[in-house]
Amino acid sequence: MHAVHHDVIVIGGGLAGLRAAVELADSGIDSAVVSRVHPLRSHSVAAEGGINAALGNAEESASDSPEIHAYDTVKGSDYLADQDAVEILVTEGIDRVYEMEHWGTPFSRTDDGRIAQRAFGGGTYHRTCYSADKTGHALLTTLYERSIKEGVVVYEEHLVVRLVLKNGRTAGVVALDLLKGKLVGIGARAIVFAGGGFGRTYRHTTNAHINTGLGTAVPYWAGVPLKDMEFVQFHPTSLPGTSILITEGVRGEGGILRNASGERFMSRYVKMQPPDLAPRDIVTRSMMTEIEEGRGFTGPWGPYLNLDVTHLPKRIIEERLGGIRELSQSFADIDPERKPIPVIPAQHYSMGGISTDNNGATPVPGVFAAGESACVSVHGANRLGGNSLLETLVFGRRAGISAASYVKKNDIPFDDTLVEQEVSAFGDYVQDLFSREGGKRIFDLESELQAIMEEDVGIFRSRDGLSNALERLKDLRKRVWNTGVSVHTLRYNLEFVRAMDLRAMTDLAIAGTSGALLRNESRGAHFRRDFRERNDEEWMKHTVSTFTPEGPLISYDPVRVTKFEPTRRVY
Amino acid sequence: MVEKGKMHFRIFRFDPDNDKSYHYDEYDVETLPGEVVLSALLDIQKKVDPTLSFRYSCRMAVCGSCGMVINGQQRLACKTQLSSLNGPEVVVEPLSSMPVVKDLVVDMGKFFANMKKIQPYLIRYSADPGKEVLQSPDEWRRIDRLVDCISCGVCTTACPVFWTNHSYLGPAALVKAYRFLSDSRDEGYNEHMEHVALDNGALTCKDAYQCTVSCPKSINPQEAIEGLRAMMLRKRTWEKIHHQTAEQAITTTS
Repeated sequence: MHAVHHDVIVIGGGLAGLRAAVELADSGIDSAVVSRVHPLRSHSVAAEGGINAALGNAEESASDSPEIHAYDTVKGSDYLADQDAVEILVTEGIDRVYEMEHWGTPFSRTDDGRIAQRAFGGGTYHRTCYSADKTGHALLTTLYERSIKEGVVVYEEHLVVRLVLKNGRTAGVVALDLLKGKLVGIGARAIVFAGGGFGRTYRHTTNAHINTGLGTAVPYWAGVPLKDMEFVQFHPTSLPGTSILITEGVRGEGGILRNASGERFMSRYVKMQPPDLAPRDIVTRSMMTEIEEGRGFTGPWGPYLNLDVTHLPKRIIEERLGGIRELSQSFADIDPERKPIPVIPAQHYSMGGISTDNNGATPVPGVFAAGESACVSVHGANRLGGNSLLETLVFGRRAGISAASYVKKNDIPFDDTLVEQEVSAFGDYVQDLFSREGGKRIFDLESELQAIMEEDVGIFRSRDGLSNALERLKDLRKRVWNTGVSVHTLRYNLEFVRAMDLRAMTDLAIAGTSGALLRNESRGAHFRRDFRERNDEEWMKHTVSTFTPEGPLISYDPVRVTKFEPTRRVY
Repeated sequence: MVEKGKMHFRIFRFDPDNDKSYHYDEYDVETLPGEVVLSALLDIQKKVDPTLSFRYSCRMAVCGSCGMVINGQQRLACKTQLSSLNGPEVVVEPLSSMPVVKDLVVDMGKFFANMKKIQPYLIRYSADPGKEVLQSPDEWRRIDRLVDCISCGVCTTACPVFWTNHSYLGPAALVKAYRFLSDSRDEGYNEHMEHVALDNGALTCKDAYQCTVSCPKSINPQEAIEGLRAMMLRKRTWEKIHHQTAEQAITTTS
């Protein structure tokens, strides 16, 4: 056993991770990406609708500006976003979008050849740059191509399971090389965690199977604090049964939400035009209210509503919504040109994550984070559609720059021996797992976790539901952490992978539920039936969770307000 | 409300840590309408056999993880409706001709190595403008389909030429080359073309059309390969004409 090492390693090969890695490679730092999948398989690839930047390219958005983008973002966040971070997002975001274009992203175009922009939820102007309805795929492919050009080193299909610290500083990670079935140590003087969200904590999620939050839990277990874990976004439109994402871009292009009587119900909930383009938290709650009050459809996979594009010109559907057409046909047997698409809200995005400053730094020296696994916070209590792709590029690059300058400033020697000791200690832990009962239990516990989260930590919450959920989660945790693994070789051992994932999901769920139970107000995606209003006097603050096996220690950080004083959020 | 069906799966198994040779395992699976091969495999993993290994992630035909051979045809497991298969027998095998890591997981190293040979990134020598490089909607339409490639490996491993010759770039890498060569912003003709024009490039394709038949994203790799050949021909003709003109010029002056 011989540990390798790099000055900086990036955990995760999605947009945030690759953007950090490209920056590091460009600055000549010895760096590598460590990812549980090939970078092209990362979940960024599934983003559909687009990326926001105030380019002012669309006819309707000639007077757009970064400041208006910032205002929309802060209002969308229900004033929980840190406004200095949002200013960085909206100004640097413009450069990042042009840069991706220069690197080859096939953005859709206006008639005069500029990047096309469409309307998206909560945006004053048409601001969302897109590549048909496959923007994540277009961006990730381009960034991967750029990473090849820059010679970025990737440890593919390496599952990171432990963060190794020495005297409170970063020393490396322990990972499982899935293809070889071997535990490996990778020493590093700095690490950027960019492992994505934890949507699989919920039964119905648009997220991929790999989105379990293990890349967030690994630093959390080692003492890196998390922020705002109670804020979870539920996307209004996913296909019933599979929860496959149907982009907000469908409504951006003129799609209409209808209830079982064919009514465009969103106009009863908001005054804005078009009403279907209210921010996601509001549309989702409106949809669930329609269903609760008996105005939904009932199908084999439960209740649903309709998303209607049958009135749109065929050309728009073919050229701008071709991916949605393909998904509807392949996975719901519906041709959206002829029939409305059945839709239902599903978990979509984790606003919370590893707590970072505006440069991606965490309180632990040498640990950085970016993308969905991080929380800066630019999204606050509710993210606007089109802002997550932007965040990955802006803050992925920033985390790369910070990590590079950290290793240049701090001459920390590698400690291969320590990393190897940790590999060997983890090997003992694996043997212990092999000696305990696993198998089907893991899947049963996973379903139990997902049911608890969906029932009581979902779209509508209450004190009773949350405290009940927290008790059940803590009981579940004991069983989860006692579960073993019945398959006793490590090569592509998916049961082992899921056993690790389940530990991560359970602890992140406990962190989120604890924060949600304490937050006696409704803000953005966190809606409490027993506290229906926002309470700025007591709750204009971020929830910070620090890991203990008994549950998180909770503290609070102030929200940074610069230009926009909190006012009532009306659409 | 939902009517259940039953299907019989025969799945290729090979565990290099325990097996001397491969074998097939058989499973009966209860299925639901609208179910795909991937969800049946996940069901087997969950309820019957946790030792089964396969790649999967997005379950929506965009991450490219779950390429495998289903009833003899290279496909994505997540996009293959059980109802589209003929009868209740389903045979699942790893992508053809690739080294097996375990069960349905193959080593994709050669596939990506070939992709890298065509310098798969936009190449520009002109200085970038402060804003976007302009591209008309018509110019964009020329690459619109080609950029849909998800690198799943289905087309390349469905190609009978690739089965016997892994040095052949294969349809996916050739589509990638054609994507850049067709992009109005790209200035790297020679770089992308270098390996395409050599042995094991576009001329090694034997027009079996299996790539086009199997592509889960409805890209037409065969058409892309024909496009590359046309580009090579145009270039050769152009060089010939210029060569002749130059010779004539030399003759005239002397």
